[in-house]
Amino acid sequence: MNKIRWLNFGFQIGAVILALLFTTVVLLMAGAPPLQAYLYIIKGALSSITNISNVLSAWAPLLLTTSGVLITFAAGLWNIGIEGQIMVGAIFTTGALRLLQNSTVPSGWILLIGFLAGMAGGALWAALAGVLKTFGGVNEIFGGLGLNFVATAFALYLIIGPWKRPGIASTSGTLMFPDKLWLPTLPKVQFSVWALGLGILVVILVYFLLRGTHFGLRLKAIGKNSKAALLMGVPTWQYVMFAFLLCGVFAGLAGAIQVTSVYHRLTPAISSGYGFLGLMVAMLINYQAIWAAPVALFFAALNIGGIQLPIVLKLDSSLSGVLQGILVLFVLLVEGARQRLFRKR
Amino acid sequence: MNVELKDIQKTFGMVHANGGISLKIPAGTIQGILGENGAGKSTLMKILSGFIRPDQGEILLDGHTVSIHSPADAIRLGVGMLHQDPLDFPPLRVIENFILGSAGGLLPDQGAVLRDFKKLAGQFGFSLDPEAYVDSLTVGERQQLEILRLIWLGASVMIFDEPTTGISTAQKMKLFAALCLLAEQGKTVLFVSHKLDDVEGLCSRVAVLRQGYLVGEAKQPYSTKKLVEMMFGKTISVGGRKPCRADKVTVNLSKLRVEDYRLKVRDVNLDVHCGEVIGLAGMEGSGQGLFLRAVGGMTHTVGGKILIDGRDLTGRSYQTFKKHGVAFLPAARLEEGLVPGLTLTEHFILAEEAKGFFINWDKGRLLAQERIKEFDVRGIPANTVESLSGGNQQRALLALLRDSLNLLLLEHPTRGLDIESVIYIWNKLKERCQKGTAILFVSSDLEEILQYSDQVLVFFSGKVTPPLDASTLTTEKLGELIGGKGWPESTDEGKLA
Repeated sequence: MNKIRWLNFGFQIGAVILALLFTTVVLLMAGAPPLQAYLYIIKGALSSITNISNVLSAWAPLLLTTSGVLITFAAGLWNIGIEGQIMVGAIFTTGALRLLQNSTVPSGWILLIGFLAGMAGGALWAALAGVLKTFGGVNEIFGGLGLNFVATAFALYLIIGPWKRPGIASTSGTLMFPDKLWLPTLPKVQFSVWALGLGILVVILVYFLLRGTHFGLRLKAIGKNSKAALLMGVPTWQYVMFAFLLCGVFAGLAGAIQVTSVYHRLTPAISSGYGFLGLMVAMLINYQAIWAAPVALFFAALNIGGIQLPIVLKLDSSLSGVLQGILVLFVLLVEGARQRLFRKR
Repeated sequence: MNVELKDIQKTFGMVHANGGISLKIPAGTIQGILGENGAGKSTLMKILSGFIRPDQGEILLDGHTVSIHSPADAIRLGVGMLHQDPLDFPPLRVIENFILGSAGGLLPDQGAVLRDFKKLAGQFGFSLDPEAYVDSLTVGERQQLEILRLIWLGASVMIFDEPTTGISTAQKMKLFAALCLLAEQGKTVLFVSHKLDDVEGLCSRVAVLRQGYLVGEAKQPYSTKKLVEMMFGKTISVGGRKPCRADKVTVNLSKLRVEDYRLKVRDVNLDVHCGEVIGLAGMEGSGQGLFLRAVGGMTHTVGGKILIDGRDLTGRSYQTFKKHGVAFLPAARLEEGLVPGLTLTEHFILAEEAKGFFINWDKGRLLAQERIKEFDVRGIPANTVESLSGGNQQRALLALLRDSLNLLLLEHPTRGLDIESVIYIWNKLKERCQKGTAILFVSSDLEEILQYSDQVLVFFSGKVTPPLDASTLTTEKLGELIGGKGWPESTDEGKLA
């Protein structure tokens, strides 16, 4: 048993090395010094308090989206629509904040209402994908993809339309909220303990939900064999809907955090791709919630670390994305190869 | 074209689907291939038509050994097959389907093809609109399209797999006329069926398969008795039965109607008593499976009523039926019954009424241990279900059932199991009957039906017999009924139309 575990571990390390090698080849082809590039990524993520706090504030929403898709993956669903769910969550939060910012309501309450609105928005968008899936027979991948476009278009419309900045309509975003509606951060840095606390809380919640509850077990049963689950008395479509809703709530929270603690306004790219990144993290950790936090942190660090690359090495910052994508691909590839190898024996 | 099969062998895992079959079929004949489900008919025909490659054996066409690697190879050599479920493209037009399999270039000459199509259709007396969409056609018309297509592609050996299932009598007559015409033109027709009447009426010679082997050949005129005997084997003496039927009626069906796209089961009236076992016999796809699922609330009924323990549950979902003490055990254990990837413990927790929000794992493991012991499942609580053998999976499924049930619905409860498991499982089922549970089960094993049922319903093309007393039935009589013989002249011929 132990031997097999070590062997599996060896395979995973092998996948990481392969991914690094492959990225190195890509870098060489682009004419960049690979070692230096890696060094800059590490520096960009860890060399200063500002950088570290940036990594932590990227970690929070990524934790939320990863937790969300862990739930939908457990139910056998590919919730591609999570990007749109973040977006609509952010729109709802922005809407609530705009509505109340000039009222006499204390700012703490406004923020709380903004978060609740974000959760509702994310849940609404996820519910649409869920209804399309359970009642309309539309695969959640297609439904989600379509809803993502609708959400983006809706955000754009709001930004250059009804919610445009006084005088200028710019796709760069709405007018910034006053400081009092910013999620409280540590002094001098951008990082909010509240946001991170929420992210960590949710990941722990999801871990226990999937591991120790009837709800989690039933979701898993549906994900692995919905016909059998139905025969065993699990109300399948209700659970599928609930998985969507829960994921939507977490995605909406991520959107609310993006609005209140990162951008302080609504922008067309408010999701920062954390939805798709969350899907990648979930795949990389083979849907085991226990690994969600460290791997999400690693991905957040890659994201932030890559920001410097264009300035210092004239490389595009999407190199981090390349590395992340290649990592996931190689881990999946090596896992597939491993299973094949073992089955043959 | 003369067809010769030499020592064809094919195994799937442990099962001998074909165990060395040799058969000669001269050109210009209609050869019947008769046998019950799983006898190896379809495998043999799929080998001849290139869908499956044999493990061993030779195929000779007109005396030359040929190697057929794919259906495309087969059609190039002149062998075409009509499958039971038409392999066409419903969203396309008739004429587009017609052209699809042809070797033609990038731009087929539509005009010429259309002329060919109309000429062929006229020859066989088929009236098909080339511009109609295939999904608007009946099963019979789709067959006609397929026949024309294969002839146009140059097939001179044509295989028909259960072609009379799901078509009207008029279409059947047309089909038979077409088959006779094909034989007259010198083509070789292979007619695969389990329907004795059809085979006797159409085929000039018959080969009977049983459990993967060729057990006999016959020529016209046939003796039905002999054919049945060959199909099902000699009657084996039936052991003692232990009826435990009580007076109380637990399930009442009145004028129940169920249908799918090819079958209509009409007006079944049935009282099921507590502790009673009712066997549903028939060739696969004769309506018994549909009926069984309808009684469990898994298929919508079209008419009639289902009363479970006095309550009208017609049209309700399986969940409601389950609440009222109905359980269903599917034949496909790993596909429908169990959840691969989950452990036995997790299954027992899932099947129990959930108490509280968190799982009590210790209690779950204990429960699993208890049931595993009680049902003699060879495994431990932490085993995933797919690691168990078929017999143990079936035992696990039984162990998962809740205690008090009104009605237990079983699909092929012992299919693929060793004899020890079969006896064990039926003992467990009988224990339930003694506690008052009624059982309805589908099986293609006639001896199982006769041995364990109190009453038998036989299904044939959607028609159902009234309940027959199992103690007075013989395998022979049952075999005839399953093959469509000895039914009262029915007044419902129009049913299939």
